[in-house]
Amino acid sequence: MDTRDQFRTNVLTSGHRACAGCGEAMAARMVTDLIGPDAIYINATGCLQVFTTHNQQSAWQAPWMHSVFANSAAVASGVEAALRARGRSTPVVVQAGDGGTFDIGLQCLSGMIERGHDVLFVCYDNEAYMNTGVQRSSSTPHAVRTTTSPPGRLSEGKHHLKKDVISIIAAHHMPYAATATVAYFPDLKAKVEKAMSLKGPRFLQVLSPCPLGWDHDAALTVQISRLAVETGLFPLIEMEYGDVTGVMRLARQRPIEDYLHLQGRFKHLFGHQNDNGNVEIRHLQALADARIQRYGLLDAETEWTTASAAQTERHGRGGYSISAVKQEVSS
Amino acid sequence: MKMLLEGSHAVAEAVRLCHPQVIAAYPITPQTHIIEHLAQMVANGELSSEFISAESEYAAASVVLGAVATGTRAFTASASQGLLLMTEVLFNIAGLRLPVVMVCANRAVGAPINIFCDHQDSMALRDAGWIQLYVSSNQEAVDSIIQAYRIAEACELPVMICMDGFFLTHAFEPVDIPEQTAVDTFLPPYQFSRMLDPKKPMTLGGGSEPDNYLEYRAALHNDMEKTLDRIQRVGSDFSQQFGRGYGGLVEGYRLEDAEIVFVGLGSLIGAVQDLIDQLREQGQLVGALRLRCFRPFPAAALVRSLSSAKRIIVMEKAFSAGAGGIVATELRAALYQAGLSIPVDNFIGGLGGRDITPSILEQIFHTSVSSDAAIDCRFINKDDMSHAEGNATTPGEGD
Repeated sequence: MDTRDQFRTNVLTSGHRACAGCGEAMAARMVTDLIGPDAIYINATGCLQVFTTHNQQSAWQAPWMHSVFANSAAVASGVEAALRARGRSTPVVVQAGDGGTFDIGLQCLSGMIERGHDVLFVCYDNEAYMNTGVQRSSSTPHAVRTTTSPPGRLSEGKHHLKKDVISIIAAHHMPYAATATVAYFPDLKAKVEKAMSLKGPRFLQVLSPCPLGWDHDAALTVQISRLAVETGLFPLIEMEYGDVTGVMRLARQRPIEDYLHLQGRFKHLFGHQNDNGNVEIRHLQALADARIQRYGLLDAETEWTTASAAQTERHGRGGYSISAVKQEVSS
Repeated sequence: MKMLLEGSHAVAEAVRLCHPQVIAAYPITPQTHIIEHLAQMVANGELSSEFISAESEYAAASVVLGAVATGTRAFTASASQGLLLMTEVLFNIAGLRLPVVMVCANRAVGAPINIFCDHQDSMALRDAGWIQLYVSSNQEAVDSIIQAYRIAEACELPVMICMDGFFLTHAFEPVDIPEQTAVDTFLPPYQFSRMLDPKKPMTLGGGSEPDNYLEYRAALHNDMEKTLDRIQRVGSDFSQQFGRGYGGLVEGYRLEDAEIVFVGLGSLIGAVQDLIDQLREQGQLVGALRLRCFRPFPAAALVRSLSSAKRIIVMEKAFSAGAGGIVATELRAALYQAGLSIPVDNFIGGLGGRDITPSILEQIFHTSVSSDAAIDCRFINKDDMSHAEGNATTPGEGD
């Protein structure tokens, strides 16, 4: 017997415990409603699992399972194999944060894609471990303040670059990988629909601002995710079998400061006594410019040439070297 | 049909008879031959399963977790480092009450790295919430796999069949492979009450808090204890239908008037039984008890079988570093709880694949009976072995 509520067919229903302005809750609502309740959802450990299932309560109106943090892609592989064995074609969707995708879940995700499982893996990328209280992940951008990449006398926040996970995923020669944000719903919708029209492993990386971890006004979630795109920091792209097949071009490039100054996680870069903050801001600008160049998001030239932007990207840590810091420590 | 088969091949035949629709595995010695045979059966069309070559044991355990929750029977196998890599997922499978069946080809755990048999790997998983059955022969491995699916699916708890790496997995023995129709009669088709299905949406694996977590975990313990009856019943149903039995939880050997009883698990028991025969001929009142089911711990069955013993010798192939033998410790607790003060001597040997020869067992027996106080925890080291080998009456015999 079909026991679903006939009048409430949204997959992620109201009453869950997400923070006000949660980008992930917004993104998950959009993605799962586009896919619908006739699918099996596998969730990695993380905010989405915590705020939707709590003490015998559940906000899910579709079959949903959480196992552990790292294994969601492997659990989904088993679910999909079981459906194949039973001759069913129910779609299988994984939902994970950036920790469960870029870091601890990457091996299982790579295995799932390599084996060609017919699964859509959705990464809600909020660029840090928000569920445990804002620690840096390999998705955290350069120079961001988190609790484990704190700015201090010798540091301007995270020292390392945001991992280019979409390229790693696309290098598996898989049917479809795309980036999206909560700010551009028609774009997100088109990408979910395209992903659902294809067979095999598919991947969506949805930038999902976190008011708590990014330290921004809860009302600005959509605006900030739009700025991430308009500055060039987070290009909206589609990749098929390793090739870039679609980009959302920019009418004009917004300066990086427009994006940074709305977020407390970049606050330490401004109003500095020394020049380090400015160096990091210029570095972030270079990274945005390099991405614009790489994906051809603008007709006009960016301020930084491809060569110098790429050089900055290679060196990491902005304009000052680690050895200079070491000298300062030893002196 | 009786066939001369390698242990791993026999296991694969038993798995084939149970029709798992999803098999996921990652190779590790000495488990590899099991999954190689299964992969070949799938390639030949003799077994209709999805064979998933996982990228790690961690993923293999996760794949079978997902498959069983989606309404299919599944199988995986591992050993040693691989089993420990699965640890997080194995606890999760038990907590989610998923009837997964797996084989552990028992192997030592590094460091130092060692590919040969002992029981340290599965013993380390004793708290995971898995039923653990330790088999003593390849025939018992075959029969126990078929039983395991019935036990797991009736109790909605996972079962691990533990078989000695190399001593069993790589040994050729005549094995009776049951007929498919007989297995189909014994093992009903897989049904799972909490299946992931859009027609009946359910949330599996949601969060808990201090106010209800304990009740979930206590229920796991209580339900594990309840499986003791089920394991026994499935064992006797099996012997009724197939004419072979292994005692269900424990298997005694010449226990009737035994004053000194050897307790052990796995393939070691064959050599122990030979020693019992030999000592009985010399007029010694000795017997042996094999622990087939280690989890849940069959305390009542052990106490029943051992209550008239005067001394117990526990011989085990694993230990808890800093605490000593695991089986001996639990057995002492069970006896104490039953008000029995029988001395329990604990010997640990056979680690990393070292043979426990009949002469070593004989040496253990003499050490035990000549000791006034109970031997708390003694490793059978090289000195003991060379001493025993010096007096060997049957050199070259392994277990």
